Parts: sequence; structure tokens; C-alpha cells
Amino acid sequence: MIPYNTMVVLGGVALLGAAAGPIGALAVLRRRALVGDALAHASLPGLCVAFWLVGERFLPALLLGALVSGLLGVGVLAWLAKATRIKEDAALGVVLSVFFGLGVVLVGILQKRPGNKAGLDTFLFGKAAGLQWLDLLFLAGLALVGLTLVVALFKEFQTLGFDRDFAAAQGWPVARLDLLLLALIAVLVVVGLPAVGVVLVAALLITPAATARLWTQRLHRLLLLSAIVGALTGAGGAWLSSMIPHAPTGAVIVLVGAAFFLLSAALRGASWR
Amino acid sequence: MALTLWMAVIASMAAMACAPVGCYLVLRRLSLLGDAISHAVLPGLVLAYLLTGQVGGWPAVLGALIVGALTSWLMEWVYRGTGVPEDAGLGVVFTTLFALGVLLLGLVDNADLDPGCVLFGVLEPAPLDTLPLVWLGWEVPRTLFTLVPLLVVTAVLFFLFWKELQLTAFDPHHAAAAGLPTAIVHHGILTLTAAVIVAAFEAVGAVLVVAMLIVPAVTAQRLTRRLHHMVFVAVLLAGSAGLLGTTLAVLLDTSVAGCMSVVAGLQLAGVLLGQRGR
Repeated sequence: MIPYNTMVVLGGVALLGAAAGPIGALAVLRRRALVGDALAHASLPGLCVAFWLVGERFLPALLLGALVSGLLGVGVLAWLAKATRIKEDAALGVVLSVFFGLGVVLVGILQKRPGNKAGLDTFLFGKAAGLQWLDLLFLAGLALVGLTLVVALFKEFQTLGFDRDFAAAQGWPVARLDLLLLALIAVLVVVGLPAVGVVLVAALLITPAATARLWTQRLHRLLLLSAIVGALTGAGGAWLSSMIPHAPTGAVIVLVGAAFFLLSAALRGASWR
Repeated sequence: MALTLWMAVIASMAAMACAPVGCYLVLRRLSLLGDAISHAVLPGLVLAYLLTGQVGGWPAVLGALIVGALTSWLMEWVYRGTGVPEDAGLGVVFTTLFALGVLLLGLVDNADLDPGCVLFGVLEPAPLDTLPLVWLGWEVPRTLFTLVPLLVVTAVLFFLFWKELQLTAFDPHHAAAAGLPTAIVHHGILTLTAAVIVAAFEAVGAVLVVAMLIVPAVTAQRLTRRLHHMVFVAVLLAGSAGLLGTTLAVLLDTSVAGCMSVVAGLQLAGVLLGQRGR
């Protein structure tokens, strides 16, 4: 029998995975898979500043800080790619590493302050078991908002995902839709931070989507399947990591997701072509 | 004081070892492959530690070379064999291998090698772990026995294969048509990247080694149009980021690796802003 507290955590992380799956699938379609990774790394300095200002572990404030600096990172990324001749991959690497470096500097400074030691470490590799009831409600609420937006704007995202130019010619507001997708990725990454951690949260977006992609070519099936795989990945990983002592939650969740991917690849007869 | 000096030397050596291969990665638009390899080598490092009981050093370089080769092979398999887009395939492979490394670290639960150190690097105790340099009578930090030879190897390889590197960096198709062994050059560079990453890992950590690979190379690319100038400028920028980063870290009493990345970022920001004014 799984204890009640664990059940609550499992439910929360499953919902997180269910929202991450479809949003990740859209991100992968728009070739934005690694933007989530850059955003996650760039969120660390904001997390630290919020931690320093609020002084204690108050989740909404910390996540707001993370969101602000993550979006700032994406803004710098867009500027580098547009206003300079730096290529997109190099710009991604620059933003990711410099922002993360700044975050590491701040973590170093904050950890030297007396009494403040516990809070920040758990954000690096994630710790689902450390989440409180109220935290989970908050995270689940945000995840549901994201999921609702994906369902409501299915047709728009479908056109955008497959042919941006066609969508633009048809009169869709493609720039605003792209921005909305970016915002959804940002919110999902930030919501995933406490459970999966800064370093690995991008996997929650990418891996279930890649797994679902092995099974179907149709967008609505892709989104549904990646939601299911995402939920199973989140719940399975959180449950396994609660069974193994010293196992960081984020790493176990990512490995469960990878197991689904490998299993699907084997079943679908993926091979050297 | 002497310890701070050794720290600065190790930091700049690590950064300088990363810069030349970084230039190649940036020119070939392989920056993210560098990022991916730096995450993916983690399980190799942990396994090397479990087998030898030693953090870093040549066994770790060997372990990482194996995992690094495995990584590029896995990525190619995911991309070609499954039809998943290339960037997503990269994401799946490197997060999986990194997660495997983190899990192993958590299970080993050893004070010498904890997840925080892996991310941020632990430069502070490195100068204390010394080996005697017999013919000079000095005590030299053990890390330098990996970093300096690797720096020399990189320099020799770049000198010997300059023509091949130059041509494949700018126009791989032309290079292939001209009969150069482009595949060997490509895989050679990736192997060297994995080796450099592991050697620098002890000083700057798994995540921030990317900063030293990419940022000085990008800054140098803004400053010059010739490859040999770019490599020299990148090495100089990386070395100065090591020295300035160490200074900043001692002043603020925080992570050296973090400060090095911030300094490298400021160098790039300075160059970009300076060029906008013109």
C-alpha cells in the first residue's frame, strides 16, 4: 500500500508530466526542444535572487524569480540570434552557460550565509518528496492551465507546427502564437523545477514527446499519447525514487522516461537505416 | 596565497585547453554537441571512479572517451533509426546519460564526488592534492598532470592537421570532395572534445565546461576573420577568464567556475556592445 503523502506527490508529478508531454510535443515540432533546456539553466540566477529577497522557501516567489530570469535568458537568446551574426546553436550555448554560471556564483554566495543552506540544493536535481500540499496544488493548477491552453488552441498550434509560412499566409497571428508556445514552455519548465530540477527538467518536455513520435504521425494522437507517457513517466519516476534511498527524483524520472523511449524504439523496430 | 595562485593556474589551464576545440565546434555549428558530450560523460567519470577509487586523472579521461564515442553513436542512432528530430534526439540522449550519472552519484553517496561538485567543479581543494615534480623539486597539483599534457597534445594536433581542420571547419563538402578524411577529422575532434571536457571537469564542473568551450570561441569569432587568429584570441580570452574569474571568486568567496563563466560572458558582452557603437 502506498502511503497517503506519497499518493499526493505521485498525483502532482503525474499531472505535471501530463502537461509537459503535449507542450513538449509542440516544442519538438517547432524545433524548440532545446530552448526549454536553455530556459531551465537560465532560471537559476532568478531563483537565487528570489530566495535572497524572500529569505525562506516560499515556492510561488521562487518560481516567479525563476520565470523572470528564464524569460530574460530567452530574450537575450533571441537578441543574439537576430542582432548579431552569432549562430543559433552557439547563442543557445552562450546563454545557457553564462546564466547558469551567474546562478552558480549566487548559490555559492547564498550558501555561505548562516541558516539558509537547505532550500536551493533541492532545485538542482529535484526532490518531489519535499513538496508540501499547498505547493502541489499550486503546481497542479499551473499545469492544468497549460494543458487547457493546448487543448483550446489545438487548431492554431496544428497549423503553426507543420507549416508556419502557410499559417502566416492564412492570416493566423503566428508571431503571437510562437510567443504563447514559448510562454507555455517557460511556465512548464518553471513548474517542473521543484520536482525534476534545473539540470534535467528539459527531459520532461523532450523525452515523452519523442516517445510518442515513434508511435504516431497524427498530431492529436501525438499530443494525447505524449500526455499519457508524460504522466506515467512522472508518476513512475516519483514512485521509484521514493523506494530507493539517496536517489535524486529528477534523475529517476528522466531514466523512467528514457526506458519508455527505448522500449518504444525496440517495439517499433527502429533500426539503422 | 600560493594556493590561490595554483587555483588561478589550474583555472586558466582548464579554460585554455577547452578553447581550441571550442573554436572548431562553434564554426561547424556543433556547440550543442559540445554541451551534450559534457553532460553525457558523467556516467563514464563515475564508473572510472568506482573502478579506480580516484576522482579525475587519466582513468577518468579514458572512461569519458568511451562514453563520449558512445554518445555520438547513440545520437546518430536516435536520429537515423527512429526519425525523431535531431535536436530532440540530442536532448533525449544527453539527459538520459546525465541522469544515469546523477543516479550513480546518489547511490554511491561519497564525499569525494557529490552531485554539487560535478555541476560546479571543486577547484578549492585541487591545489592541495599534489604530486612532486622530481627534477624541479616542486609540489605540483595533480590536476595539472592531466591538463598540461592535454594542452600540449591539442597544440600538436592542431599544428599537424591545421590544413585539414581549416578546410573541414569552413567547408566540409569541399574538404570531402578534395579527398580529405573529413570523417576522421570530425570524430577526432569529438574525441579530443571529450578528453578536454574530462580534464577540465575537475576545475570547472560538468555544466560550466560548456562556457569555456563556447563563449571564448564566440567572442574570438566576433574579433577576427582568420582561423589561426581566432584560435589564439580564444585561448587568450579563456586564459584571462580563468585568472580574472579566480580573482573575482576569491573576492566574493564563491564558485570559481561560476565566476569564470560570468567573466567570459562579460567579455562577449563587451565586444558585442563595442561593435554596435561602430
